[in-house]
Amino acid sequence: MPFLMAGDPDLTHTRASLLALQANGADLVELGIPYSDPLADGPVIQAAASRALKARTTPAGVLEMLSSLKGELTMPVVLFTYSNPLLNRGMEAFCAAAAAAGAAGLVVPDLPLEEAEKLSAIAAAAGLDLVLLVAPTTPAERMGRIHQASRGFTYLVSVTGVTGVRTNLESRVGDLVGQLKTLGDTPIAVGFGISDPEQARQVRDWGADGAIVGSALVKVMAAAHGQQGDVAAAAGRFCAELRAGLDA
Amino acid sequence: MTSTVPPISAASGVDPAALERAARPNSLGRYGQFGGQYVPETLIPALAELEQAAAEAWQDPAFTDRLNHLLRTYVGRPNPLYEAERLTEHYRRPEGGPRIWLKREDLNHTGAHKINNALGQALLALRMGKKRIIAETGAGQHGVATATVCARFGLECVVYMGAEDMRRQALNVFRMRLLGATVQPVTAGTATLKDATSEAIRDWVTNVESTHYILGSVAGPHPYPMLVRDFHAVIGEETKRQCHEAFGRNPDVLVACVGGGSNAMGLFHPFVQDTDVRLVGVEAAGDGVATGRHAATITEGRVGVLHGAMSLLLQDEEGQVQEAHSISAGLDYPGVGPEHSYLKTIGRAEYGAVTDSEALDALQLLCRLEGIIPALETAHAFAWLEKLCPTLAPGTEVVLNLSGRGDKDVNTVAEKLGDKMGG
Repeated sequence: MPFLMAGDPDLTHTRASLLALQANGADLVELGIPYSDPLADGPVIQAAASRALKARTTPAGVLEMLSSLKGELTMPVVLFTYSNPLLNRGMEAFCAAAAAAGAAGLVVPDLPLEEAEKLSAIAAAAGLDLVLLVAPTTPAERMGRIHQASRGFTYLVSVTGVTGVRTNLESRVGDLVGQLKTLGDTPIAVGFGISDPEQARQVRDWGADGAIVGSALVKVMAAAHGQQGDVAAAAGRFCAELRAGLDA
Repeated sequence: MTSTVPPISAASGVDPAALERAARPNSLGRYGQFGGQYVPETLIPALAELEQAAAEAWQDPAFTDRLNHLLRTYVGRPNPLYEAERLTEHYRRPEGGPRIWLKREDLNHTGAHKINNALGQALLALRMGKKRIIAETGAGQHGVATATVCARFGLECVVYMGAEDMRRQALNVFRMRLLGATVQPVTAGTATLKDATSEAIRDWVTNVESTHYILGSVAGPHPYPMLVRDFHAVIGEETKRQCHEAFGRNPDVLVACVGGGSNAMGLFHPFVQDTDVRLVGVEAAGDGVATGRHAATITEGRVGVLHGAMSLLLQDEEGQVQEAHSISAGLDYPGVGPEHSYLKTIGRAEYGAVTDSEALDALQLLCRLEGIIPALETAHAFAWLEKLCPTLAPGTEVVLNLSGRGDKDVNTVAEKLGDKMGG
């Protein structure tokens, strides 16, 4: 499950990259809507958001691009957006527009369970899954409530920290996956800090249904763009390696 | 270089139930629609722990006795309510004029109100067993206050500060380092308070299990706006007592500058239910509200979410947070505490804005009339007196919160006034 930042370096590249990811075995893609103050993101995705905003990427522009892929894009697209751009548009209007553009769900990293209740209902009415996040610091009882309330899948944050590439996965992630599995049947995807096929395989072996790879892909795409290379092809190659690692 | 004068609200018409809500937010940390906890899930347990620890601490005489003892012997409280006779004289009209009193937070240890909150939160961190402290700072006053209490209690201290602010407030950067703190430059975004706060929150998300975040304003996710307000409420409590001693009744008007809004909230809080007391907050209009280069969040902002709270916010039409501009690093912030947005919305408090140049004029006026160099932040509150005083009846008692001293700003002021001051 790759993550990429919409509009980095521009929406034309994002469009081509989405198709390349699909062609190279992505099961689902998480598409970031750039925001000026991304609290849950480390330096790599912060920089990607800054580049996307510099290219004048707007939420409406992202949805328009997504809409233009209808018929071509068959894998589910989950939008990753912070609260403020979403609330600025209005929850109902945003969800309606996202669903009309073909999105399958939403991840809002600064909207914990208590604040998410209202949005979850509005999203469901529009036909969107609101994915909720569980962190290593989440107490067991709360973890159960989040897992029950999450739609589509539950996003297990693998580290106490922001997004970014990390060398080692904490072994407690395995315990957390096991714990979540006893609390409900919703699929589990692990993200934050997963960067290579080995880590993705490790997460699967722990019993998770998906591994989200973000910063590592964003880096590869930025490097390709910096060297005047083919951004979408680079994204596709990276995705193919992950796929091969998982299928091996 | 003009700024807008807001309409005067009829505070006596405010719904008492609405005022009650201002005293304590609901269980989700909301004042009306404002407040809440818009943060990554990782922080939610820590916010719950903090709220619980604070509630228990306020009920524990061992905590409150120690806090009060240190406020007296370390901070130097109570600080005076000073009658500014020459400033009063300056605004006197033929038929009379208001009398102006200054609450001398500038006389606190470290030179500003910020130490009230830093001290209280450091004591809370000790209670929670957290040995590492992080903080954000704009003008450096909150950073210095935090570095000070960390030195006092032997806590590790990391202060996030925008690179631009480090340049503007070099003296405070050195003070923090002298006190043993690490000052971490933040170059992201506009390299000011907004970005320093984001970076401090990211550090907290990463190190939450060992670290307490001493947030420096009445902003951020619940319980911070309430917690910080409660540690600063001593400002208003002393003011109330001192007014009754000095002239036998409540003051008529309270004036304070507002960036995030902590000194104003501390002064206002004990008077919120006293609806005959006017509450006036003064924001930074930078180059002028009409230029778009300002930090007048309440005057110009729309409802949005920044740094974990819903409040008024300077943002563009797409919901991207806008850069704020002010000569004062402490007011250079596109957000504002949620309780201020609430008090504005229910009509209990009124807010205005003054420009950089109006603040500079007011700073010089206070220097020459009263022999007090105020902080640039505080100078904004003084500048509002130019608009306010001519509208006040003779005998009106005005208390202005002199939230900080201006030593840290002397370089900035010298840059701006260098030519005019002569040799």
